[in-house]
This record gives sequence, C-alpha cells and structure tokens, in this order.
Amino acid sequence: MRLLISIAVTILRAKLRQSIVAAVGVMFSITMFVTLLGFMNGLNQLLDGLILNRTPHVRLYNEMKASPVQPIERASSDTMVHHFIRSVKPRSELQKLRNAMGIMRTLENDPRVLAISPRLVAQVFFNVGTTDLNAQVSGIDVDQEVRYYMFADYLVQGEARDLATGNNAVVLGKGLADMMEAKVGDVVQVTTAAGDRALLRVSGIFQSGIADYDKVQCYASIKTVQELLGRPSSYYTDVNVKLKDILLAPAVAKELAVRFDVDAVDIQTANAQFETGSNVRSIISYAVGVVLLIVAGFGIYNILNMLIYEKLDTIAILKATGFSGGDVRRIFLALSMIIGIVGAIGGLLFGFGLQHVIDNIPFVTQALPTVTTFPIDYDPKYYIIAVTFALLTTWIAGWFPARKAAQVDPVEIIRGK
Amino acid sequence: MSDPANILEVREVNKSFHDPVTVPVLKDVSLDVKRGEFVSITGKSGCGKSTLLYILSTMDTDYAGEVSIDGERTTGLDGSRLAAIRNEKIGFVFQFHYLLPEFSVLNNVMLPGLKLGRKSTAEVEADAIAHLKELGMGDQALKMANQLSGGQKQRVAIARALINDPLIIMGDEPTGNLDKRNSEIVFGIFERIANEHGRSLLIVTHDGDLAARTHRNIVMEDGRVVK
Repeated sequence: MRLLISIAVTILRAKLRQSIVAAVGVMFSITMFVTLLGFMNGLNQLLDGLILNRTPHVRLYNEMKASPVQPIERASSDTMVHHFIRSVKPRSELQKLRNAMGIMRTLENDPRVLAISPRLVAQVFFNVGTTDLNAQVSGIDVDQEVRYYMFADYLVQGEARDLATGNNAVVLGKGLADMMEAKVGDVVQVTTAAGDRALLRVSGIFQSGIADYDKVQCYASIKTVQELLGRPSSYYTDVNVKLKDILLAPAVAKELAVRFDVDAVDIQTANAQFETGSNVRSIISYAVGVVLLIVAGFGIYNILNMLIYEKLDTIAILKATGFSGGDVRRIFLALSMIIGIVGAIGGLLFGFGLQHVIDNIPFVTQALPTVTTFPIDYDPKYYIIAVTFALLTTWIAGWFPARKAAQVDPVEIIRGK
Repeated sequence: MSDPANILEVREVNKSFHDPVTVPVLKDVSLDVKRGEFVSITGKSGCGKSTLLYILSTMDTDYAGEVSIDGERTTGLDGSRLAAIRNEKIGFVFQFHYLLPEFSVLNNVMLPGLKLGRKSTAEVEADAIAHLKELGMGDQALKMANQLSGGQKQRVAIARALINDPLIIMGDEPTGNLDKRNSEIVFGIFERIANEHGRSLLIVTHDGDLAARTHRNIVMEDGRVVK
C-alpha cells in the first residue's frame, strides 16, 4: 500500500495545478461549512438565550378567572333556565399561589428539578410629577435569579448585590428609567393597586433587549414587594422551575398542574416559535454546507476523470509490469483521498480562522447589551461533521473514476499507438 | 503434461475480433519456447503476431485454447494472479518506450521490483543501478524519463524488464521505432541477455535480418504458424 500511495503522490505532483484546484475546492467548501454553521448556531444560541435564559422551564401560578360555579346554580338544579345573576367576581387574593411553601419544599426534593425560585408579581404606579406610569414590579430571589436566569447579565448599571441587600431597592427597566429620568441612587415614589404609597431607591438599570418590556418592568427583592403590598412573608404569586432537562418541561408542567391544583405553563408552549426558528435556520445552514461539499465532490470527480484520461499510458504500463486492476484502483482512490484530506485540513484551519475573524467583528445593538461582537459557536461537532462529509464525498467522487482506471485494457492502449 | 524444459507452451490458440464483423486472427496456434531460447516471430503486418504476443503476455485473456508459463496454466486465471505472474516472470519491452513520464529513470526501473516486494528498497535500487550501468545508462539514472532520447528510453525499458529476473522477456517490435544504430545497440543487448545470462526471449519483429540472428525464427502467415 505504501508503494501505491507513493505512486499516487508522484502522479499528483506531476499534475500539481489540477490537484491544488481540486484540494482548494474541498478546502473552500469545508471552510464555508464550518464558518456558516458556527456563525448560524452562534446567532441561534444568542437569540434563544434572549428568551430561554430568562424564561423558567415551568411556571406555576394562579390565573385570575371567573368563578365557574355561581351560588345561584347551586341553589337551583334546573338546567332549562338561564342564570343572569353572576355576582361572584374574582378576588385579588386569588392571585396568591396557595401553599407556595409546600410546593417549593416538594419540588426541592424532585430529582428532575435544577432550581426553583419564587416570585411575587404586582402592578404598581410610579408617580412622576402629575403623571402615573403603569409598571409591573417583580419581587425576585436575587441570588437564584442571578445564578439561573442570568439576571446580572442584563444589568447595564448598578450591581445585583445591592438589590438583594438594600432595603426598598428597585431595579428599573431602561425605558422606564428614561421616562422617569431616574438615575441610580435616586428615590422614586410608587403607588400600589390598593393605594398604598412608598418610596423606593433606584439601585440599578436593566435592559432586556425587548424595548416594550423594559418600559413597564422593574425588579425588587421579594421582601420589599411583600412589605410594599402589606402581605406576609409566605405570599407568592409564581414559582419558577428550571429543570435539568428542558425537554421534560411539557410533561412536568402537566403533572404539577394536576398535583398542586394550580396553572402551569411550560417553556415550549410559551415560546414555540423560537425553537421552530432555530431549527429552520439550522436545517438551512446544514443544507447549504452539504451542497457545498457535494459540489466540491463533483470537482474532484471531474478532475480525476480528466487525469485518468491523460494517464492512460501510465495505467497501461503499470498493468503490463504487474500492477493489478485493484492496485490501479487503489492508486487513484488514494489520490482522491489525498486531495480530500489535504483540502479538509486546510478547510478546518481556514474555517477556524474565518470564525475568529467573524467573532471579532463589532456587533453592537441596543437590543443586546451584553453582546459586542458577532456570536460564533466553536462547537467541534461542526468540524467533525465537515471532515466526515468531505472524506465521504471525496471517496465517492474518487471511486467511480478509480474503477474506470482499473478497467482500462492495457493491450488496447499499447497496441493503439 | 507440460515439459519442464519449456518456459512457454501454447496449445491450439484461436482468437477472433468481433468488431464489426467476426474476423479470425489466430488459427490453431501451438508453439513451445524452451528455457534459455531466443525466439523471434516474424510475419507480415496483420498476420496476428502481435496479437499472439499479447495473449502470451497474459494481458489479453479473450481467446480459446491454452497457454502455460513456467508449467502454470495461465488460461482462465483471475486478473490479480495474472498481474502477479507478469510482475514476477515476464519482462516487457514495447515498440514505443512507455516509460512513466512522472518518474525518474531510476524509479521507472525500480517500480516492478518494489511491486514484487521480494527485496528491500535499497536492494532494488542497487539492482536497478547495476542493470542501468550494464546497459550503459548508469549516468542517466536521476534524469526524468522524458529527458531521454528514443534509444536511451528503450534501454531503460529493457532494464525495467530485467529488474525482477524474469523467466522470459517479451518484446513487441522493440527496435521498430529506432534508427539503425540504436536498433543495433538494443538487439545487441538482447543477444547478450540470451547468450550470457541464459534467459528466454520472445521477440516479435518484422526485420528479417535481426530475426535471422536469433536461435529460432517462427514465421506466421494469416493467423497460422507456418514455420
């Protein structure tokens, strides 16, 4: 085999220009494949992260809804009458998640659960001069949110720690802070839905990347919000659950909803369009990458066919002096694989280089405060796929011409002169 | 059945070309070549002498009849076994020189030896240089094959044919494309190989003068051996 490979190398060197063209074809396609997939998946992760990082896998809450059974229906069992009296209205108390402490204790022992964090969400008004700005304040467990929901990444000013430790501290959304012309350290006045007033100190500004959200959202510690609303320390409206395996979310949500008699929504249901978008983008980039590799394969096929036509004399002599058809086939297959391997190595190096170049191109956008350059996913998976595919296509592209070379009849060539 | 004194035995070989109409080219050809014998085949153009040679060389397998080389029946063997027989037992010299243009003179000579794999690369190289020197080509060993003149190329081709110490050397008009002086040199080499080294040679030629200098001349006419 070493002799056959050295013959292949000699033939390649004699046809250096064609060989290089073929190898560059492979190199180019691998470069593009690796770069395209790295870039596309980097973007996917970035965009998914925008939502997925901050969204709980399962959210447990109580939805405010009308009472399904009105008292009058209990009094009369006559189904032929229509009841116009619907006097029982939803109470604000209903938003409270009943037995939140019990739910949390149970979930802490569930092996599928990575983290749980309670929330207390309330509607408030910020009083700016004579206007009231409607906003939603979320009382959060700051340490848990920083650890599992990247809360600190979205703080453009201030420190998450100040929110956790400071009494009556609040972090305002960027849009909200701009409207109120509030800076870190300022004190703002807030009115609850029940009409209670309080003063909060701005300890930070956050920017989520979704402008509408930043205009109405602010965060405080759970304790601050509980005090603001005058509720006891067991009062929560939501329990957010992060699972070890995100794919279990729909099943777990259903199970918990029944078990605790609460509403539960899972991340797939809440954000189905994100997953679809990511998948479509991945499929498109794989398709383009594979097409590039196949085109390179056709290039090799053409060049080898031409080479064999030019080397008929050589093939005839090799056969006359004792090389079998199989030997000739292996020589030309080796030739094709050398082109493929050289192209693949070059393609990986150039691909890695190009990924680095893209990774360093500045990419500043209002929507993504933590991103400064284009995102790239350096997953070695793409390199492995590219090389596997490239070697497979060169093997197939080389196999057909090599088989033709093996079938060359030396007598025809030698006598044909 | 086969006589161990014979290196080559041919029994009733028939062959026809079928394109576009069936034309018989060889009719009941039978002949023997003894070990150490220098045999020439002559005949007019189209009498089938080259066709016969390619059948004997094992490269053409499309015929009826039987061929044995060194006591081994080659008729009906598979392609890779035939390639091994060609590599080990037969040396070829063609009318056109057919060196591999990508390789140096030395590598051209060495390739069949490396393929046989019986000796180390260094030994094959030493053998190749010895053969080239013997043929007066020692100083050309490192040139590329396409830098040589016709007569020189043919001498390299002979060195290549000799590299595996073959039992028989076959030549298809080996002097046909050379001028008088080079023909004389090449034929002189053949005579030396036959007489000094005692190797068998089977040469197809149309040159009667050269044929007369071989041990035995087989004359073909119209696909038959006539003498």
